[in-house]
Amino acid sequence: MPEAPFVHLAGLKRYFDVSPPWLVRAIEGKPRQIVRAVDGIDISIAKGETFSLVGESGCGKSTVARLVVGLYPPTAGKIEFDGHDMSVRRNQNDMSALRRRMQMIFQDPFASLNPRWRVFDIIAEPIRAFGLSSDKADLEKRVGDLLRQVRLTPADGRKYPHEFSGGQRQRISIARALASEPEFLVCDEPTSALDVSVQAQILNLMMDLQRRLRLTYLFISHNLAVVYHISTRVGVMYLGRLVEVAPTDSLFRRPKHPYTRMLLDTIPDLEMTGRQRAPMAGEVPSPINPPTGCTFHPRCPFANDRCKAEVPELLASEDGMVACHAIEERRLGVEERSYGEKPSA
Amino acid sequence: MMTASNNPPLLEVRNLRIEFPTRRGTLLAVDDVSFDIAPGEVLGVVGESGAGKSLTGNAIIGLLEPPGRIAAGEIRLEGRRIDNLPYEEMRKIRGARIGAIFQDPLTSLNPLYSVGRQLVETIQTHLPLSAAKARQRALDLLKEVGIPAAEQRLDHYPHQFSGGMRQRVVIALALCAGPRLIVADEPTTALDVSIQAQIIALLKRLCREHGTAVMLVTHDMGVIAETADRVAVMYAGRVAEIGPVRDVIKHAQHPYTKGLMGSIPSLGVRSERLVQIDGAMPRLTEIPNGCAFNPRCLARGERCLVERPNLMAAGASRAACWLHDKAGVGAPVAKQEPVDA
Amino acid sequence: MWADTDVKAWLARAADSDVWWSFKSSTLTIVAAGATLLIIAIALLSPLLAPHTPFDPATLSLSDGLKPPVFWSADGDWTFPLGTDDQGRDVLSSIMYGTRLSLLVGFASVVVAMVLGITLGLLSGYLGGMLDAVIMRVADVQLTFPAILVALLIDGVVRGLISVQRHDEIAIYVIVGAIGLSFWVQYARTVRSSVLVEKNKEYVQAARVIGLSPLLIMVRHVLPNVTGPVLVIATLNLGLAIISEATLSFLGVGLPSTEPSLGTLIRLGNEVLQSGDWWITVFPGATLAALVLAVNLLGDWLRDALNPKLR
Repeated sequence: MPEAPFVHLAGLKRYFDVSPPWLVRAIEGKPRQIVRAVDGIDISIAKGETFSLVGESGCGKSTVARLVVGLYPPTAGKIEFDGHDMSVRRNQNDMSALRRRMQMIFQDPFASLNPRWRVFDIIAEPIRAFGLSSDKADLEKRVGDLLRQVRLTPADGRKYPHEFSGGQRQRISIARALASEPEFLVCDEPTSALDVSVQAQILNLMMDLQRRLRLTYLFISHNLAVVYHISTRVGVMYLGRLVEVAPTDSLFRRPKHPYTRMLLDTIPDLEMTGRQRAPMAGEVPSPINPPTGCTFHPRCPFANDRCKAEVPELLASEDGMVACHAIEERRLGVEERSYGEKPSA
Repeated sequence: MMTASNNPPLLEVRNLRIEFPTRRGTLLAVDDVSFDIAPGEVLGVVGESGAGKSLTGNAIIGLLEPPGRIAAGEIRLEGRRIDNLPYEEMRKIRGARIGAIFQDPLTSLNPLYSVGRQLVETIQTHLPLSAAKARQRALDLLKEVGIPAAEQRLDHYPHQFSGGMRQRVVIALALCAGPRLIVADEPTTALDVSIQAQIIALLKRLCREHGTAVMLVTHDMGVIAETADRVAVMYAGRVAEIGPVRDVIKHAQHPYTKGLMGSIPSLGVRSERLVQIDGAMPRLTEIPNGCAFNPRCLARGERCLVERPNLMAAGASRAACWLHDKAGVGAPVAKQEPVDA
Repeated sequence: MWADTDVKAWLARAADSDVWWSFKSSTLTIVAAGATLLIIAIALLSPLLAPHTPFDPATLSLSDGLKPPVFWSADGDWTFPLGTDDQGRDVLSSIMYGTRLSLLVGFASVVVAMVLGITLGLLSGYLGGMLDAVIMRVADVQLTFPAILVALLIDGVVRGLISVQRHDEIAIYVIVGAIGLSFWVQYARTVRSSVLVEKNKEYVQAARVIGLSPLLIMVRHVLPNVTGPVLVIATLNLGLAIISEATLSFLGVGLPSTEPSLGTLIRLGNEVLQSGDWWITVFPGATLAALVLAVNLLGDWLRDALNPKLR
């Protein structure tokens, strides 16, 4: 990337201690148990793009989201936002100024809004917290505008969250995230709890807002079809590591890593009516005791002895990056894929 | 097409109506729903949350949660009425004639008993087999659903299995007594995408081999597309469209089905915008008069506001939409201001 | 912005709420609420309603002593409808004043326990770590003793530290503190477990992303969402606190006989029970039973009404 990235994650790691309590360990002689939820990730996100992280549950993608917005401190590595290292201690005002510029949209629209608060107060909270509005009239105008921006009405501000449907709540959640006028939004599975017709509304809204407000998104999802529509670039995660990063079209048309190919095989396609989608062998291993070498090797049809012993590095390949010995050694070629036209809409 | 008209259907649902009495009045959760399932057929039932698809499935297996109740209509299995049976008799049919698979495999398995014991118990409840023979059958079933090292796994407890393996055990449990129909409610929703495909392939193979019919309740059109022979699309407690899966997906006849199909992101064309249906499915307390979909419908006419359409022939399917009636929808009426979801 | 429409909307919502509906549909609860309100009203208004001022020595006359209730014996006197004690004090008036004190102690000690328990529970649940471990282990240890024993202990320690007269003056504060301290554990545990659930919900994470301080998040976001269970415990505890006070007073370590609560009255009556003057102890006892029963019925109802699973 020619210019400095807007968001840069370098060697980011987050381990969780899931050991039994000290007393149990002492008596039963068990060692500590560490889950390497995120185990060394490098990502650069350019201003205005949508970078998506995909993977199965437990691969660490949601942990990355929470690390980026500061809900967890990283175990190692650093997060740079517009050139500022987020781990540097700074005074309250400077930290607050940085925080204002990045916000998060959550997965569960039923848990992400405080049930005891009116929608007005929920959306006004960031405005108040960052001191963006001095008088009441201005605050009311801002909240009203935000509600209109997500296609609700200012009158909806008087209601409580339980009076809204799942999709409407997700709109409220988006309005709250936009309230502090951020430039960067971290979206953790924002549509996976919604029905498909509502999912389309929310995705369209998010794309509209991105164009209008020049937002940068880090989009977390397990749904590859959704990722295909919304992303500029995609990173595929497996057991806490990135296995492939590529521009969206390259990733879907010319997938390289065997895991990416398997994930693409499992996308249910309405075109495939009656045909079998290729089932993927095996299951994701436990992140407590990940396999040696390339963690994907037990499920990989191309694995050899080197894959079992040596962790592959993320290396440049065509317009993307891939962490695979087979690709590096050219044992495995690039696969071209095409997809049929969508059925009548 | 497996709905041969000369064969009597395996399952007949006629004018089913499910009500929930609440203190604010009676909610109509399933309203006048009718469909058949032929022997060996896979019928997909899709719809958004609250469309009444799971309730319909629960009513068929006789596990409607109170205060919900069947207020009208009939359910017949192999010609015998089963919706009004006493609990004990229904319990015998459930398991022996109808198997059930739920979204969360843990709810169908008892955590305190080994998988083998649960299988043997279920087998012996429904089939006159000795303990040794029942155990042999349990073992065969586990092998059949693709559980590796089945002999050892027989004595393991549910928590020792992964999510995908657990769902395989549940499928084995549902198949124990050789039922004619399996009601599968979101059987893959709780599983990872890579496991979903495995479970669907398994379910399909088993049903083909055993000639078992399946009612597959899900919100995932992709699962339906790969598995079902026919599909019923439910909206606000009613069937909006029912027909062969290929026709419903490629040539949707009901405006709702069209919108639904369009809003599923696909890998075909990457567009600036996805097709969306404005608004949201009405709450059960606020179902409009006439066609339940009318406030969101771009094609609505005056007739849609007052007169409820029943299922009528529409292409190769049947759709509940006045567009397919000779008299049409009447004078056009603009779509309501979008009440966005 | 919407001040008066706000009030109307709130009233409309309250009238339409499930809790109000469940209240209306339970006759037993309505009776219990009525009884509780009646007892509280009578107790609060006792200086106006009571026929006598039983603890003003100037108004007492020994010749009025040990009069039976009017409906019991012809010796009864309508001036003292429920009879008198050996000092000539009117039992009815004593009960009214006594109930007032019992209620006061009950409410006050519930407030003490609640404030202490909620604070410690919030800190414990939200901050976790060492603080959590210490608070919860203290709670565990305290739970192994019966609450009344803890109250006795605290009372005993205070008695050891100060003189008898001084103690009588501050007896009410001591007993409120003792009962309050013996009941905080339940609040702390409930609040802590609710906080553990709430703090992982996404709305709390959203507040953290904004950078709100833990204190603000606890007070503004978490606390309002744990009030339901706390309210239930508080109601059920009110009955327990009144009983505890009565027990302590009955044992003679509670309120002094110059300022008798229902428990003190029962003790005083119990001393002369052998001679057949049953009314001195039975009427305060019945009042206590009725009050605690009514309050507990309310608590039971509230617990069910706020638990969506049981509805």
